[in-house]
Amino acid sequence: MELTRRFLPLVEAVGIPVMALLVAMLLFAGFVAAVGQSPLEVFVLLYKGAFGSSFSWQNTLLRAAPLILTGLAVAIPAQAGMVIIGGEGALALGALTSAVAASALQGASPHWVQAGMLLSGALCGGVWIGLSGWLRQYRGVNETIGSLLLSYIAIALLNFFVEGPLKDPASLNKPSTAPIGDANMIGNLPGMDVHYGLLFGAIFALVTWVILKFTTVGFALKTVGGNPRAAQMAGLRVNYWIVGAAFAGGSAAGLAGAIEVAAVQGAANASVVAGYGYAGILVAFIARQNPFAVIPVAVLIGGINAAGGMLQRRLDMPDATVLVLQGIIFVVIIASETLNGRLRLIKFKPLSPVSAAISAKT
Amino acid sequence: MVAVDGLGWWGVPLAIFAGAIRVSTPYLLVSLGECITEKSGRINLGLEGVLIMGAMAGYGTSLATGSAWAGVLAAGLVGALLGLLHGLLCSLRRVNDIAIGISIMLFGTGLAFFLGKPLVQPQAPMLNAIPFGFWSSSPQIQSALQINPLFLIGIVLAVVLHYAFRYTRWGMQLRIVGDSADAALALGLRVLPTRILATVIGGFLAGVGGAFLSLYYPGSWNEGLSSGQGIIAVALVIFARWEPLRCLWASLLFGGAGALGPALQAMGITSGYYLFNAAPYVLTLGILIATGSPSRTLAGAPGELSLVRN
Amino acid sequence: MSKFDFSIPRRTFLKTIGAATALTAMGPLASRTVLAADKLTVGVIYVGPRGDFGYNQSHAQAAANIKKMPGIKVVEEEKVPETVAVQKVMESMIEQDGAKLIFATSFGYFDPHVLKMAAKYPDVRFAHCGGLWSEGKPKNVGSFFGYIDECEYLSGIVAAHATKSKKLGFIAAKPIPQVLRNINSFTLGAQSIDPSITTHVIFTGDWSMPVKEAEAANGLIDQGCDVLTCHVDGPKVIVETAEKRGVYSCGYHASQAALAPKGYLTGAEWDWTTPYKMLVTATEEGKPMINFLRGGLKEGFVKMSPYGKAVTAKAKAKADGVKAKMLKGDFVIFKGPIKDNAGNTVIQAGVSLGQQDVVLEQMNYLVAGVVGKA
Repeated sequence: MELTRRFLPLVEAVGIPVMALLVAMLLFAGFVAAVGQSPLEVFVLLYKGAFGSSFSWQNTLLRAAPLILTGLAVAIPAQAGMVIIGGEGALALGALTSAVAASALQGASPHWVQAGMLLSGALCGGVWIGLSGWLRQYRGVNETIGSLLLSYIAIALLNFFVEGPLKDPASLNKPSTAPIGDANMIGNLPGMDVHYGLLFGAIFALVTWVILKFTTVGFALKTVGGNPRAAQMAGLRVNYWIVGAAFAGGSAAGLAGAIEVAAVQGAANASVVAGYGYAGILVAFIARQNPFAVIPVAVLIGGINAAGGMLQRRLDMPDATVLVLQGIIFVVIIASETLNGRLRLIKFKPLSPVSAAISAKT
Repeated sequence: MVAVDGLGWWGVPLAIFAGAIRVSTPYLLVSLGECITEKSGRINLGLEGVLIMGAMAGYGTSLATGSAWAGVLAAGLVGALLGLLHGLLCSLRRVNDIAIGISIMLFGTGLAFFLGKPLVQPQAPMLNAIPFGFWSSSPQIQSALQINPLFLIGIVLAVVLHYAFRYTRWGMQLRIVGDSADAALALGLRVLPTRILATVIGGFLAGVGGAFLSLYYPGSWNEGLSSGQGIIAVALVIFARWEPLRCLWASLLFGGAGALGPALQAMGITSGYYLFNAAPYVLTLGILIATGSPSRTLAGAPGELSLVRN
Repeated sequence: MSKFDFSIPRRTFLKTIGAATALTAMGPLASRTVLAADKLTVGVIYVGPRGDFGYNQSHAQAAANIKKMPGIKVVEEEKVPETVAVQKVMESMIEQDGAKLIFATSFGYFDPHVLKMAAKYPDVRFAHCGGLWSEGKPKNVGSFFGYIDECEYLSGIVAAHATKSKKLGFIAAKPIPQVLRNINSFTLGAQSIDPSITTHVIFTGDWSMPVKEAEAANGLIDQGCDVLTCHVDGPKVIVETAEKRGVYSCGYHASQAALAPKGYLTGAEWDWTTPYKMLVTATEEGKPMINFLRGGLKEGFVKMSPYGKAVTAKAKAKADGVKAKMLKGDFVIFKGPIKDNAGNTVIQAGVSLGQQDVVLEQMNYLVAGVVGKA
């Protein structure tokens, strides 16, 4: 009894989303049947495409890599109560800056070039989202709208520089900055067809999670975001914490942009604006803003995207099928949060009426 | 075919004026809808998906029935349905309205793209405009003053809402529900039904906003139709500090600024067009920065709104 | 558009193996591979929706045509972004479907994605649309493209006969060489009739921006342009806006004639079936990969929309005359002296750049008479 109670949070944290996933699958099966396909066939293909083989797994992980970082771009500022939706722009500027850094560092050893690219990308993304935090604290500009507007501006800047002052004349029909050079590209993880970006993202997420969980930073952020006045009275410098949280989130998105250039594209161009930033909003909210949970959620989305191709190639279903599936899954998972804390009441008798009332209230 | 004389530099202010009227309507309708929803204390970030779904449903219905207004109605109803989904799910305990909104954005977009595949090529009957420019001999002015009834409805709605929020019973009730659920309960107001209804109305208007895109301007259905109009409209509500009349000005400003880029290029000013095209965002941000101050962050914000709750 | 008719169940697979239970037993991968063993599997990848009534649809049309060839199986994926996604889609087609020939139809797929996959899978052929293959690039890669600027030149001739204001409007996505070549050819065609004609260009910044395209069309019409054409992924909105405003239009990618019965003059259309068939046949017969494949009207890579009813007999005669020369292969569009719109001579007097000249694929200027900046 005591043991089950101790593990209840874990049962809830894993059990409820899994249950929700099953319900969503059932709804999706109905949709699939309604458009004249066999649900069984669709599910078999989805599984094969996402997790059915080591090739599928690598496909999934490769697609998940940028989403971990863009998810953190939302989840970290959320610790201080901010809703940031401008990760796409921070990613774009991170990509641009890293390409500039690469050309400034040409001639240095590849490791220095790569370090310079990743650091400058993270720094620039951090400054851009940090600016949203700064505007919120010092000019009273709501950070959600601020980060969205800054995001559109950032993408315009990327396009302007890539097709204008920073354009490599040899890039012809795909306007890009000068290539960073093959030697400077970030390679794959040993024995895998997945680049190091996955590892960087996972480390970023884990370190964030550890800091929030085991230091006072998490509590400080919560206080600053939840009750700035109390935070001030407790001696916390509210503005620093808020801008800092925004900066940390932005640096994750900027890092994602730098990795796109250093590990995939080899130059900055409009192709880096592929919706990773917007997908990151979804990742963070599904993960309930928990930096650790961002990892499995990013893998789930990466898996669905990887599997979507199977449906197109084998069943001639349109690309939008996976959008419908993701939509259904996320609506159900978010709605299932209402079950949190209720399993206790259903399955386990409370110790006393008072504690039941308390747990029902929270 | 008519031979038209060029307007020269007059083309720029005319384009901004005409653009403000042509492009602003979806922003206006969506932001007014969202304004109602947010006044009740909920935020529906999913209106982008609702808008796209409305655009698709409106186009398909117009094509099937031959009546563009039937399309507008269908778009509104589909939007209301998605609003209802949002409203009901958010009424469950612990369910985050922003997160549900983002999920519905994805779901609406996906469903619209899925079902809309056969609608890209055919031509559906379009909404007609009222030719307010009949007095002018200039084709440019005639064209600029082709005004769609939905734009006029939007203006009337903005004025009506402005007064309704202040002076009518349901307006007061809506605001109380949005400012403090506890106070509303104490007054015997029904909090959840009010919020659900407010979200349904918001969804309806967003759906109609989508129908404007597909059935009037630019008047076509394809997957690139919305370039984030729905999400920008939600942002404009915050910009407008939850005031319907300010939503109107904000939409006009945004639409007009969006016309600046193409108008300057038509004049031959073609360098830096990415920067001109970013004008609406720069301008909006500039105004926010200029008019904001650290103490006024939440001025006008409904107290129960999760997006701005501190 | 039966491709998108979902009411028809597509369970050919289920039918083939008889029962749904066998599906779980064998798994779709194994059984498909067996089925596909004697067929050539061809993968086609699109950057946008394949039913976009524009660029992607023109390729989907060709894919549908090669699907009808005996012994050919086609697998398709649409809306694949120019990221690792396209690399993984190519690999999936190879690993999971056994594809031996892949059509990558977006320019942005080439470098680095196609090049990387080509190095990894040397026994698979990669046909890329629009790229510039050169010696030193992998031998299993080929780039194909059509000289659609020939159609643009003819459209320019027809537009010149229709315009009264002597101002033509061109709405384009980005100032890249392929686009600039189209704008220049259109303008040169029009100036061959009346040298005083100017072309006004608006760049929208991206390939599918319906609202911006409509604004651009209105802006150009307000400035007096009375024939519009474009180079964006889906020309529908522009042609419709032109018709609504009572000006002429020339189409692109596919025929938009049905959208503008009054004002549609003609248009430049792709006919990708020709290069697709050539590349598929070469693969089937085991001949070497065609590394550099180009063609225009003569080779059947591109075609003109039928003339609209607003086109005068004089305009038809003039355009048909030039077209006949193009079909014989002895017409040169870019013949010096040609100046750009900043006054620099870009093609010297006496220099004739034939269509095959790759210098034209690096075009970075707009010719005199075009209002706009490259």
